[in-house]
Order: sequence, then structure tokens, then C-alpha cells
Amino acid sequence: MSKVIGWIDDRFPLMKMWNEHLAEYYAPKNFNFWYFFGSLALLVLVIQIVSGIFLVMHYKPDGELAFASVEYIMRDVPYGWLIRYMHSTGATAFFVVVYLHMLRALMYGSYKKPRELIWLFGMFIYLVLMAEAFMGYLLPWGQMSYWGAQVIISLFGAIPVIGDDLTLWIRGDYVISDATLNRFFSLHVIALPLVLLFLVVAHILALHEVGSNNPDGVEIKKNKDENGIPLDGIPFHPYYTVKDIVGVVVFLFFFATVLFFFPDGGGYLLEHANFVASDPLKTPEHIAPVWYFTPFYAILRAVPDKLLGVGAMGAAIVLLFFMPWIDRCKVRSIRYRSNIYKINLAMFVVSFVVLGWLAMQHVTATITLLSQVFSLLYFAFFVILFITSKNEKTKPVPDRVT
Amino acid sequence: MKKQLLTILMSVVPTVTLAAGGGVHLDDAPIDIADMESVKRGAKHFVDYCLSCHEASYMRYNRIAMDTGMSDGELRENLIFTTNEKGEPTKVGSLMKVAMTDEYAKKAFGTEVPDLTLSARARGADWLYTYLRTFYVDPNRPTGMNNLVFPDVSMPNVLGSLQGIQKAVYKTQTRQGVEVETVDKLELAQPGTMTAEEFDAFVADLVNFMVYLGEPVQNERRSLGVKVLIFLAIFGVLAYLLKKEYWKDVH
Repeated sequence: MSKVIGWIDDRFPLMKMWNEHLAEYYAPKNFNFWYFFGSLALLVLVIQIVSGIFLVMHYKPDGELAFASVEYIMRDVPYGWLIRYMHSTGATAFFVVVYLHMLRALMYGSYKKPRELIWLFGMFIYLVLMAEAFMGYLLPWGQMSYWGAQVIISLFGAIPVIGDDLTLWIRGDYVISDATLNRFFSLHVIALPLVLLFLVVAHILALHEVGSNNPDGVEIKKNKDENGIPLDGIPFHPYYTVKDIVGVVVFLFFFATVLFFFPDGGGYLLEHANFVASDPLKTPEHIAPVWYFTPFYAILRAVPDKLLGVGAMGAAIVLLFFMPWIDRCKVRSIRYRSNIYKINLAMFVVSFVVLGWLAMQHVTATITLLSQVFSLLYFAFFVILFITSKNEKTKPVPDRVT
Repeated sequence: MKKQLLTILMSVVPTVTLAAGGGVHLDDAPIDIADMESVKRGAKHFVDYCLSCHEASYMRYNRIAMDTGMSDGELRENLIFTTNEKGEPTKVGSLMKVAMTDEYAKKAFGTEVPDLTLSARARGADWLYTYLRTFYVDPNRPTGMNNLVFPDVSMPNVLGSLQGIQKAVYKTQTRQGVEVETVDKLELAQPGTMTAEEFDAFVADLVNFMVYLGEPVQNERRSLGVKVLIFLAIFGVLAYLLKKEYWKDVH
């Protein structure tokens, strides 16, 4: 065995990479519950890629055949149903895990110097993930696939001057059609996954360059022993690999519960209208995006003007990119920050969740008003943070992790 | 903090509400998807009463046989009455299609006839159960019948000979200051060949089959799920013990 490794090592940095990223990558020893979601996101990525590969073996990206081919997978392909539900449940799991991973970064200031690039790569991952999910949702070619895509693509039409030509360019036709289905399929299975993989590698390389943050927001590299090993650090392998296996099993327990017992999630994961084949002549009664897009959709609906609405929706995402510079506080972790920050972050989380709920409701005057109030609260987070973080009253930060 | 977040997350997942045209109360469909005898009876009703016009074009005949424990012989005797273009009996592995074209359907009913393979997943069992039992006489409709949950439906009352003919009893309601006539309840005007209980059981079997038809694998899915969860629970304990063992020396 060691001979084989030696042979490889003379030609390829196998052990060097193993050591750099696992066996001699020193992670803080005080990771808590919130630190499971990075490795879980990686797990879900693998689930999606593997289940996706098998789906593509049987799926037909053709306006005439797509819907029937999904039912063929559900009925005639051995364990096709399992692969399909894995992929559809995986989409939701991906966003659950990524949202919690992002909240962790907000709580412990993981985006702050020197980790700005990790955050930026992460935000690009999130952006590509949204594009990936949106394009994947068209592929089952049901009514909600069709009309959801119709609504979202038409948003680009709000852009002045180039809007109409842009939507035409995206669709490849004057309506959503076979041409749209084919290009979305190509992007969903080839282009975006490639970009996603590249970004994930960059995200992890950047993380391993500067080292992980932790719930105390203390830099563990400041206190090293005589061998240059951080006193509060432990090798990622085996400590965090065995710990993450526990996290993986707990996650899979929830994942399997949804997959095997509630695969359509009461109409929120697989929508009822999507069990009707797409029909360009019949608009469904109620078109709403899948849950993971709803907070942004609520912001869009809250603004009466279409162009401004699209702008607000875009800003809601773009602002997150600038978190490392909007937050000017030197202290990282929420544990040692002011009550203003704690309340501000809590309000942000609440408004995000409430906005998501609001977007699933039929539009009434009350719903619109509430959407406007919570949209303002969403944006207020960034404004309040920028103003208060510069001279924030923080608690003393310990030298070592607790 | 963690627990509060979880509670918030849970509270955003409200209960299922299906779009029921007209906001009519839907009866609970008394179905049991594990009852394969009921599914079998429902399959027979489906072939007898639905499959002449409606297709189940994503489903194969012999899948029903496989899941309900029928032999190919029984399948041919009970469920397959059609022939292919050459006049040969439809093969057991065929999709459940009908010969009627969309053009013909448009002339006959004024609309295309929907495929029923996934109707239970699109509409819900309660909707189907209520819909099939709430046809009533309405001389203003081309078929002479209307429906409570699907107003102005084009489908004729196919099950009328079994249920009998129902009449609507109207009541006057005031909505936003305007008096409107609404249907209060349905009354049997002319009895059919079945009693009310028999007919309800008949429709329940039919709906049970349609729920099965929407996702034939669902019983297998749940039973595999139980095994997977048991495996994960055991594996989880072992994984936790392994973690504890390794982490003993971390202080």
C-alpha cells in the first residue's frame, strides 16, 4: 500500500493534498451545530449530481415527450421513482442547508477579514444554485414548470430598451417552447454544474488558505505551540470527519423522511399543478415559485412598479454580496456583539421567513401591505448594520476559544 | 435561538389546501391505499366507466396486475376489452390509452378529455370523491347536468344510472348586499340501481384506484422508507459512539 502511494506521490501530490485539506488541516475545536451545514451542502451536491446522471439516462428534453418521460421514470424505470424523489427532495434540501450555512456566517461574522473571498465565492455559489434550481424546475414540463418560467423570464422584460429582446434571447422563442426546454436542459445538466463545481473548489481552497472561523470568532492561528500547530485546533481528519458522519446520518434521517413519506411535501415541493402536462393555452389559477425563491418573490410583488420591483428583488440578493463591507464591526461573533446587532439579525431572519410565507398567499390588500412592511425590514437590516456597526458597543473577546 | 428558529421554520409550512373551484366543502374520501382488494374493484370500475373516453396514458395494464396480484389471464378477463389497430387484443404491457382523438372529443364535449393518470395528484382524493357524487340536474347545461365542485363541467353524469338523478335545493343568500341563489343541498329525485351507501362505497373504490394510479409505487415507497429509517437510526448510534471515542482526547 505504502509503495503504491509512494509511486503516486512521486508523480502527483496525493499525500500533500490529503494532509493540507484533511489530516493536517487544523480546524477550531469548538465547532457547534451550525458547522455541519458546509459538509452537508457538499453531500447534497453529490446526491444531486449522481441522481441527476441517472435521471438524464431516461429523461427526454423534448416538448412532446418530457412530461411523459418523467412519468416513465416514476413507473417503468426500476427504482426510477427513488432517483427522481431523491433529486426533487435534494433541491429543497440544498436550499435548507445553504440558507442555514449562510445564517451561520452571518451569526459568527465568517465573512469578515480575511474571509471576504470565501463569502463572495459562497454568494456566487448561491446565485448559480438559484439559476440551477430555476432551470431544473422547467424540465418536468408540467403546468407550474411552464408558467413559473413564463413569469420569471418575463421579469427581464421590465428592463428598459433591451427588455423585450432579452426575454426573446433567453427563451429562444416568443413563448416558452421546446427551444427553451432544450437550452434549459443543456444549462442545467452541463454548464451550471461545471460552474458550481469550480466555485465549490474555490470556496474550499479559500477557506483552507485562511482557516476556519468559529463560534467565538477568535483567530486560532494567533496561539500556536512549538510545532506551529494552533493550540485550539484539531486535525479535520479524523475529528471532524467522524463528527460530520453523525451530522450526515441525522440529516439523512430527515431527508429520507421527506423522500419516502412526503415526497410532494403537501404540494410545496412537488406542486399539484405540476402533475398536469404543460399547456400554453391554460394559465393555472395560482402561480407561485417554489418555497426557496418565495422571499424574493414577495419583495417583487410588494413594489407596485414592475421595473422597481425587479430592481428591489435584485438588490435583496446583491446587498448580501457586500456584507463584508456593510458590517464594519471588528468583532466577529454574535456572542460578543451588541444587542442592537442581535435584534437586527433576528429581525432579518424573521422578515426573510415571513416574506417567504407571504409570497405563497393570494394577493389581498393586507398581504401586499405586510409584504411592503417586511420588505422594508429586510432592507433595514443592511442600513442599520452599516450605521451601527462602526462604533458598536461590543463585549470583550477572549484570547482563546471557549 | 436554535429552537426558536426551528419553530419559525416549521410554522411556515401550512396545511394542504387544494384549489377547489367555487370553494365548496369537500367530503373526506374514505380510502385506504393499502387495501389492494379495493384498488382492484376500483380498477374494474375505472375500466368500465372512465376508460372509454379518458386515458391513463402513462400507466400500463400489467402494472395493475403486478401490484394487485392478478394473473395475465385475470387481467385480460377483467380489465382489457380493447383491440389494437390490427384487431388483435390489446397487449397486457400496453399503456392504458383510448382510441378517441382530441378533435373528436372537442366536437362531442366541446373540450379535450383530460388524461386521468395523475388526476389524484393534481386534484386530490377528496376532490375526486366529492366531484363524482355531486352531479345535479341543470336544464341550462348541454348535458342536462351540472356539478357542485366543478361548475359548468362538460363531462356527462356517467355514474347517473348507479346513483340516480339528483336535484339541487336552492337557498337565497345575501352576499355584499345582493341576493343570490346558491345550492343548499342535493336531493335524490329518481333512484338509481344502487343505494346511497352502495354508491359511496363504489366511488370510494374508484377514487382509491385513482390515488393508486397517480403513484403506483406508493406502498412500496413507504415500506422501503421504514427500513431506511431503521437502518439510519442504528447507523446513527454507531456513528455517535465512534465520534465520542475519537473526541475523548479533545479538551
